[in-house]
Amino acid sequence: MEARSGAGTAAAAAFVDFQDVWLAYNSALLAQGQFAVEAINLQVREGEFIAIVGPSGCGKSTFMKLTTGLRMPSRGRILIDGQPVTGPLKISGMAFQAPSLLPWRTTLDNVLLPLEIVEPYRSNFKRKRAAYEERARKLLDRVGLHGYADQFPWQLSGGMQQRVSICRALIHEPRMLLLDEPFGALDAFTREELWTILRELWLEQRFNVVLVTHDLRESVFLADTVYVMSRSPGRFVVRREIDLPQDRDLEVTYTSAFSDIVHELRSHIGAFRKPAAAAT
Amino acid sequence: MNKEQTERWAPLVMLVLIVAVWQAACSLFAIPEFIFPSPLEIARALGEFTGPIALAAWQTFWVTMVGFGLSIVVGVLLGFLVGSTRLAYAALFPLLVAFNAVPKAAVVPILVVWFGIGVGPGILTAFLISFFPIMVNMATGLATLEPELEDVLRVLGAKRRDVLLKVGLPRSLPYVFASLKVAITLAFVGTVLAEMTAGDSGIGYLMQSAGSQQRMALAFAGLVVIGAMAMAMYELFSYVEKHTTGWAHRGSQNT
Repeated sequence: MEARSGAGTAAAAAFVDFQDVWLAYNSALLAQGQFAVEAINLQVREGEFIAIVGPSGCGKSTFMKLTTGLRMPSRGRILIDGQPVTGPLKISGMAFQAPSLLPWRTTLDNVLLPLEIVEPYRSNFKRKRAAYEERARKLLDRVGLHGYADQFPWQLSGGMQQRVSICRALIHEPRMLLLDEPFGALDAFTREELWTILRELWLEQRFNVVLVTHDLRESVFLADTVYVMSRSPGRFVVRREIDLPQDRDLEVTYTSAFSDIVHELRSHIGAFRKPAAAAT
Repeated sequence: MNKEQTERWAPLVMLVLIVAVWQAACSLFAIPEFIFPSPLEIARALGEFTGPIALAAWQTFWVTMVGFGLSIVVGVLLGFLVGSTRLAYAALFPLLVAFNAVPKAAVVPILVVWFGIGVGPGILTAFLISFFPIMVNMATGLATLEPELEDVLRVLGAKRRDVLLKVGLPRSLPYVFASLKVAITLAFVGTVLAEMTAGDSGIGYLMQSAGSQQRMALAFAGLVVIGAMAMAMYELFSYVEKHTTGWAHRGSQNT
């Protein structure tokens, strides 16, 4: 985790590098030429926040599995930090739409769970437990959950549970955070509050973020670069850099620059829906 | 009396009511004891034969407990195997379902041939009849892990074993406890079944011989004792369940 400050210089060597990546879920589908995602080319700088939007079932989640090494591509190459991906990438943390916390563990113990599994924390977890607890408490404070560490997840609201889930994804200081529609099940106000929290955490720690969402406003507000994916087979059809100032607050979502970008992206999604509708 | 108290006393009131109606019907229509004994006659039989009944009850109890203990061990291990590996699930599950569908009464004579008259068939019947729900629940608890959670852990390099120990096992505990309550009552059924067809002791044997001598009050006394034992064990497991896996029952506890 040393070279983090090197981000921002011209992206000579991309941190995430997809080179013509295709994936079919099994060999039968591969033989038929049915791919879940195809011809993915993507270069992400270190510390960049990207969002992937698209209609449901377009392969956004498949993209996440490829990035974390949970799935190997059928064709093409994926390099993360210059290294080819060969298996699960421990430098990543994941959170999903469902917080999926363990109800028999307190909030604190839920956040600590990854440290019981991932090296190097795993081997010294018992010895350094106090230090790790301290770290987890700080992280919980950071997302506004001060005083909830010893409660059980089912005593928290949905928005709070999702914050815990994000803390769990960040506790081992991953270099890459993968979020699969993490705010999809929350009400509008809670969602916007969590946007700003996520944005602040990212500005502080500058990990890479891959956010999968179908909320265009969310993608524009949070990301540096938004990719629009087409319906299956999943392909990137548009890449849009978001040229809003780095220091954003929710006010920006009401500016015309912001809604112009959202509108533009929306038109791309509408564009490839029409032929599909006409075909039926 | 508030709602909560009403609920607590409801089963007792119901029992008293049933017994009263039963007694009234027997007295009113003068039903002879050897056809359908009244509660009073059953109580008299219980008092008269306290010694033999207690002895038989103890016999049935420990035979059931040994069989039930076996079924916990085998059910949990088999459930763990079936629930944690797909191949084992595919290979074993259909066979186990077929085995479970075999009427256990049909198995007892075979067990008698192998193990003779005595406690052997009782223990084995109790075991055979009660391990299946335990196994199924254990397997279900393990097999229904959220795929997202598994991804979260797998990306960190978690082995299958880590996922099973940290998530799968605790998660399936409430399922297992729920199945223990059902299984213990089934185990009593198994023991009594074996005792009736091939026993030389126990409540089942006592009921069988009482029935053949037309001492219906005594046979009914046996029924009452079995029912009471099964209910007590059910309540015991229900108590243990609530106090070990309270997180799974928070709805009913918080109110």
